Amino acid sequence: MSADGRVVLVTGVSRDLGRRYARALAASEGVDRVIGVDVVPPRGDMGDVSFVRADIRNPVIAKVIAKEDVDTVVHMSVIATPGSAGGRHTMKELNVIGTMQLLAAAQRAPGLQRLVVKSTSTVYGASSRDPAMFTEDMEPRRAPRSGYAKDAAEVESYVRGFARRRPDVRVTLLRCANVIGPHVQSPLTSYFRLPVVPTVLGFDPRLQFLHEDDLLDVMTLAVHDAPSGTFNIAGDGVIMLSQALRRLQRASVKLPGFAVGSLGSTLRQARLADFSPEQLGLLTYGRGIDTTRMREGLGFHPRFTSAGAFEDFGRSLTPTGGYAVRLIDRASGLVDTGLPGPSGARRG
Amino acid sequence: MGDAEIIPIGTRGRPGRGSGTDRPSSAARGLAGGKPKRAAPVPEPTETPVPTPKPRKAPPPRKERPSEPAPELVSGTAPARTAERTPLGGITPGEWLGAFQFAAKEVFGEDWEPQLARFLAFLRRRVTGEYDVDEYGFDPEVTDRFVMAALRPIAEKWFRVDVLGADNVPAEGGALVVSNHSGTLPMDALMTLFTVHEATGRHLRPLGADLVFRLPVISSMARRSGATLACLEDAERMLAGGELVGVWPEGFKGIGKPYGERYKLQRFGRGGFVSAALRTQVPIVPLSVVGAEEIYPLIGNVPALARVLGVPYLPITPFFPWLGPLGLVPLPSKWVLEFGEPIRTDEFDDGAADDPMLVFNVTDQVRETIQQSLYSLLMQRDTVFRGNPE
Repeated sequence: MSADGRVVLVTGVSRDLGRRYARALAASEGVDRVIGVDVVPPRGDMGDVSFVRADIRNPVIAKVIAKEDVDTVVHMSVIATPGSAGGRHTMKELNVIGTMQLLAAAQRAPGLQRLVVKSTSTVYGASSRDPAMFTEDMEPRRAPRSGYAKDAAEVESYVRGFARRRPDVRVTLLRCANVIGPHVQSPLTSYFRLPVVPTVLGFDPRLQFLHEDDLLDVMTLAVHDAPSGTFNIAGDGVIMLSQALRRLQRASVKLPGFAVGSLGSTLRQARLADFSPEQLGLLTYGRGIDTTRMREGLGFHPRFTSAGAFEDFGRSLTPTGGYAVRLIDRASGLVDTGLPGPSGARRG
Repeated sequence: MGDAEIIPIGTRGRPGRGSGTDRPSSAARGLAGGKPKRAAPVPEPTETPVPTPKPRKAPPPRKERPSEPAPELVSGTAPARTAERTPLGGITPGEWLGAFQFAAKEVFGEDWEPQLARFLAFLRRRVTGEYDVDEYGFDPEVTDRFVMAALRPIAEKWFRVDVLGADNVPAEGGALVVSNHSGTLPMDALMTLFTVHEATGRHLRPLGADLVFRLPVISSMARRSGATLACLEDAERMLAGGELVGVWPEGFKGIGKPYGERYKLQRFGRGGFVSAALRTQVPIVPLSVVGAEEIYPLIGNVPALARVLGVPYLPITPFFPWLGPLGLVPLPSKWVLEFGEPIRTDEFDDGAADDPMLVFNVTDQVRETIQQSLYSLLMQRDTVFRGNPE
C-alpha cells in the first residue's frame, strides 16, 4: 500500500497548527494518506485527512498503526500549557504517557520507517549561565524541574530510547524555536497580545522565532526526506525583547522578575493569558539556538527570519503604544518642510 | 544707520528716562535740580509738559529697537499697554522658529538641518526597533553612540590612558586579547573596550562572568555592548566568527585581590581561553594594564555579607562604605595599556587543544609575558597618579 506513497499518522490534529499541517501534508506529493489522531475532533476543515478519534494514552493507538499500515508517525501533540488540557496533571499525562504509549505502539509496528517528533527549544532552558547559542549537542545548564520543559525533556529521552531500540526507523527530532504567526495561539503570542506587556526590569532577552509556515514546511520536509538526528529549527537572527515590543509599538511596563512571575500566574488563573512558568526564564535570560545543522544536515532554509516572522505576527495586532514615534515623526516633518533654511535663520 | 548706532541706552548718569535723547524731560530736570541744559540733537523744547518727549527723533530709533515703546510714545496711553503683555502672547511663531533655529545651530553646528534630521532618524530607528543586533545581542549603534561616548572622557581625562603596541592587535580576523584583571570593579575591561575601539576601530567582544549576566541592568548593558558569557562554547564561536575577543582569565581572583597583592597575577583559570584559541587557531594578544590596581584600593572584604548578596566579594576601600556613593568615584590613577606581541597558535597540531600539557604551557607563557611586561611598565612609572612625567 505504501509503495506509491506514504501513510502518515499525525497526532495532535485538534489544534490549529496540527490540523493545518495534516492538511498540507495530505495535499503534498508522495503522501498517500494522512490519518489524524486526537482525543477531540478538530474544529476546522480537515481536507483529505481521515480523522481517528483516539487517545494516544491508551493502546488503541497501536491498533490504528497496525490496521492502517502506517509507515510514518509524526508526533506533534506535546502541549505547552495546561490551559487547553485542563490542568497540569492532565497535561503531563498527555505529554509523557501519551508519548510513551505512542512510541510503544510504534516500536511494535514492523512497517514503520520514519518517526518525526516536534520538540521545542525550551528543553535548553534559560539561565544566566547559558551559552549564547545552543547547538544540538549541548545540554541545558540546569535540568528542567517542572512544566513543559521537563515534559519535553522526557519526551526526548523516550524518543532517543526508541531510536536505540529501532535503529531501522529514521527518527528526526525537531527542536523548534517559539513558533509565531498570525494564527498561532501559544503562551508567547498571548503574552505579546496583552495590551500592556510586562517585561522584566533590567533584562533584555534575546528571542528567536519560527514562522508557522516555516514550521509546516520543515515538518513536511522531515516526512519526505530527512536524515535521522536532532535539529534546531529557528528563523535567522535574533531579536531583543525590547526591540520586538518597539516594533510592535506595544506599550510595556517594566516589573521586577518576581512581579512578572506572579502577574503571569494571576493572568493564567484568570484565564486572561496563557503564561507558562518557563516563560519567565525566557523573558529574563533569553535563549539562542544554533541552526547550522538545520541548514547543512537537513537542508532547510526558513523563509522568514526571526524578525520577519515577528513582523508578520505583528500585523495582526493593533499598536497600543508608539507615542514617541508619532512625536518624532511630527518633529522630522517640521525639519523637512516646515522650517525655512539656515539662511533665513539669521534673525536670532 | 550711522546715527542709529550712536544712540545711547540709558542716561549715563544724567537725570532722565533713558529715552535715548540727551535731553531729559522737564520733570526729570526738575527733580535733578536742572543741572544740565538741553543738548543739541533734539532742539525743540515744545512738548515740555508731556511726561515723555515725543520728539522728531522717535522715528529713527524705531528701526532698531523693539517695537513696543514706539507706539506707546505715539499714542501716549502708556498704562493700557502693560496689560497686554501675557507671557507667551508677545512672541510670534516666527520668533519661536528663529529662536529654535538659533538653538539648533548652537547644538548641531552650521549644517544643523541634516544633522538634526539624522538625529531624528536615529531616534526613530531606536524607538521603532528598526536596528539589528547580532546573535549575542550586540548593538553596534548604541555601543558607538553612547557607550563609547560615555567612556571617552573617563579614559582620556580621568585615567589619561596611554596605549603602547596597538599595532599588535590584528586589524582583521579572530584574535584573543588576554589581559590582567584588577581594580575591584571591572573598570579595566571598559577602558580596554574603549581603547581597542579607539586604536583599531574594531569592537572588542568581552567575555564576562556569569554574575554579569545574572544582574539586572548590567546584563542587558553587557550584551548590548558586545559581551557574552565566558564559556568555551561562546569563546570558540566568537573566535571562529572572526571577532576580536577579550578575556580576563584571572576572573574574580584577580579583580578582587587585596591592594597589597597588586600587580601579582593570579592563576589563569584552567586555561580554557588557550584551548579556545588553539581550536580556532587565532593569535593570543597579551595585554598588560597598569593603573587599574589603584583606582579602588581594596583593603578589606566582608565575606559573610558578600555571600548573602550572592557576590564573590564585598569590597572595603579607603573611601567606599565610608563616603557612600562618593566612595565609588575611582582614584584618578594614570593608566598604561600595553599590547604585547601576538602569540601564534596556528602552528600547533590539530589535537593540541586536547593536550593539557600544551595548554598549560601556553597558558603559562601568556601569563609570564603579561607579568614581565607589568613589571617593566611599573619600573618606568614614577608616581601612581602622574605616571611617568616627561
